[in-house]
Amino acid sequence: MANMAQAVRMALHYAETNYDLKDVFGQDVGAPLGGVFTATQGVKTAWNSTLDERGIIGMAMGIAMTGDRCVAEIQFADYIFNTIDLLKIAGNTLWCSNGNFPLPMTVMTPVGAGIRGSVYHSHSFDAWASRLAGWKVVMPSNPLDAYGLLLSCILDPNPCMFLKPKALMRVRGEELIPGEPADEKELKAMIDAPIGDRSKWKPKWPKLEEYLVPFGKGKITRSGDQITVVSYGRHLLLCNDVADLLKTEGYSAEVIDLRSIYPYDWQMIKTSIQKTGRVLFVNEDTEVTNFGEHLAYRATTELFFELMAPPRVLAGKAVPGIGLYPSLEDASVPQKHEIETLIRSICAEVP
Amino acid sequence: MAKAKKTAVKAASKTATKKDNFGGLNSKVVIQMLDLMIKSRVLEERLIKIYRAGESFFWIGGPGEEAWGVPLGMLARVGKGLDFDFMHLHYRCAPTVLAMGVSMLDSIRLMTNRATDPSTGGRNFSNHYAFPDMNIAPVTSPLEVQYPIACGTAHAQKRHGKKSISVVTGGDAGTAEAEFASALILSSRKGKELPVLITVQNNKWGISTHYDGQHGENEIADRARGFNIKSRVINGNDPIETYLAIEEDMAYIRKTGKPAFIEAHVSRLYGHSSASGANQEKNEVDPVKDFEKRVTKSGLLKESDVKAIWEKYEDEGIKALEQARTEPVPTADSIWDNTYVGSENADWRKF
Repeated sequence: MANMAQAVRMALHYAETNYDLKDVFGQDVGAPLGGVFTATQGVKTAWNSTLDERGIIGMAMGIAMTGDRCVAEIQFADYIFNTIDLLKIAGNTLWCSNGNFPLPMTVMTPVGAGIRGSVYHSHSFDAWASRLAGWKVVMPSNPLDAYGLLLSCILDPNPCMFLKPKALMRVRGEELIPGEPADEKELKAMIDAPIGDRSKWKPKWPKLEEYLVPFGKGKITRSGDQITVVSYGRHLLLCNDVADLLKTEGYSAEVIDLRSIYPYDWQMIKTSIQKTGRVLFVNEDTEVTNFGEHLAYRATTELFFELMAPPRVLAGKAVPGIGLYPSLEDASVPQKHEIETLIRSICAEVP
Repeated sequence: MAKAKKTAVKAASKTATKKDNFGGLNSKVVIQMLDLMIKSRVLEERLIKIYRAGESFFWIGGPGEEAWGVPLGMLARVGKGLDFDFMHLHYRCAPTVLAMGVSMLDSIRLMTNRATDPSTGGRNFSNHYAFPDMNIAPVTSPLEVQYPIACGTAHAQKRHGKKSISVVTGGDAGTAEAEFASALILSSRKGKELPVLITVQNNKWGISTHYDGQHGENEIADRARGFNIKSRVINGNDPIETYLAIEEDMAYIRKTGKPAFIEAHVSRLYGHSSASGANQEKNEVDPVKDFEKRVTKSGLLKESDVKAIWEKYEDEGIKALEQARTEPVPTADSIWDNTYVGSENADWRKF
């Protein structure tokens, strides 16, 4: 099975071959490195930009303005903050121009903690991104969804934000990408660049097929009827683990992988909450004006009389950064035991 | 109106006098230039009157930049798509867009926020144009973001290979923004130079802050020289000098695929915007009046011919306003339109 970095790489290759994707660029995105997580290794249209996030986003907007499709990378989401007005403009260009200037561009950036990345390699961006009107925002939790969501982003005529959970870049999936060889060693030999001199290396791409994950469509990863747990990205896997653990004790948690942050699958969330009467939203962005708060607000206002317990949000602490030492990082972003404790607590509540 | 047209055509057939050969430009071009400069001034003064009459909320525009903007618009390769030039203009660009073929009526529709305003559908300030059929990129209120965007369109144009170029305009104060430096860097990378005409209209003011309070460099053009960009400083209040400089630099860019830089010294005749009163500054050079004198002194046109041009456009401006007044304003239920392409639903209440 491919890992997420390989899945991203294969999606980019598929898009440059089949969707006329013309530029994949950002710092260290081109040869020889192929991205700090190797997610652009061997991609034909990949090139190295200047060390200038505003230049990267501005350039992407210009390329998109001509109708050419591009994927621009900000090396870590921690460094995307100085582009916020350009992101805002990218989101409002169509709206401000009376529908005349679509921007078919994708920005991808690694997000979140989990690799001991310290203050400036651990930021989340999902809550921030959800406020960028005019953008579509996605975040995969596994390689197959990464492949399918990235292709949807590249095909879409609107600006799309593809958030890569950096802690999952080396995590393998449970489902094959269409066309991917079943043997992961075979895949590695085909598309992973060798250590050392890569000047003559070229990838041998598998015969990939189109696979699209539509925007606004979540996925139920664990079925249950006692509590709904909604997450995405890295924390989705933690929620799955906790659901499996608690199942052995008789708990029945339904876990939803939202996949698409905006637009989002409210119908799936709503249907599940109507069944369970309880809901927990889990993500690692900071807790004040967190995206989960929006969902909790909606669950409260629209489903109040069907709830057995108040909706909850488990998110990152509202601290200025993620401290490097493990005790600091672990105290700053939701941990598995916190999810478990909260699920037990919510399930114990009765009206 | 018909009389004025006939007079202009008759005059255009004359050759320039020996006293003033207008840089060798064809007299037809000289007269067209004056005609468009007057048109632009009449339009801007009409827009200010519309604001003062309470028929608009705000005015910002470009009276004082006619001698710069008109030649620029006349020299642009106008059309849609990569075969043609892309124009990334700031909000003092009325002279340029009029010279490219935008109508006074469409400018007044924008000023009065009509639903029929083709640029923004009534959503944005005056002179914030967006015309896809002429590659006039959406004008933004944030300053200087247009500079790296222009590098993006230039990148796609270079790949397209049809010698089209990107043009970017902006003010002197805005050169302090990071994106200005981004564009100098992006456009001048060795072996990856971009076909972009980078320009600055130096009117010596950033709202109320004088040039001397912001700049330490001798000339803004010095910054471009530091990147080995062909650079010059011109008197942007002289349309002949401007025309010849732009013509030469556009030819250079089309031939070499490399950038060029022009710092044009211009006037700001009515202050920053309506927020600062929009009153005429008596101590600034008036490029329209100066050129008018020069043309009549040369004998190309008589004073009565020039008067007829003013009257022609006064009449057009009044008629355009009368027309715009009859047209609908945006409806409240249109706020979601064009958030996404095709007005795909972006309202979370309907997810």
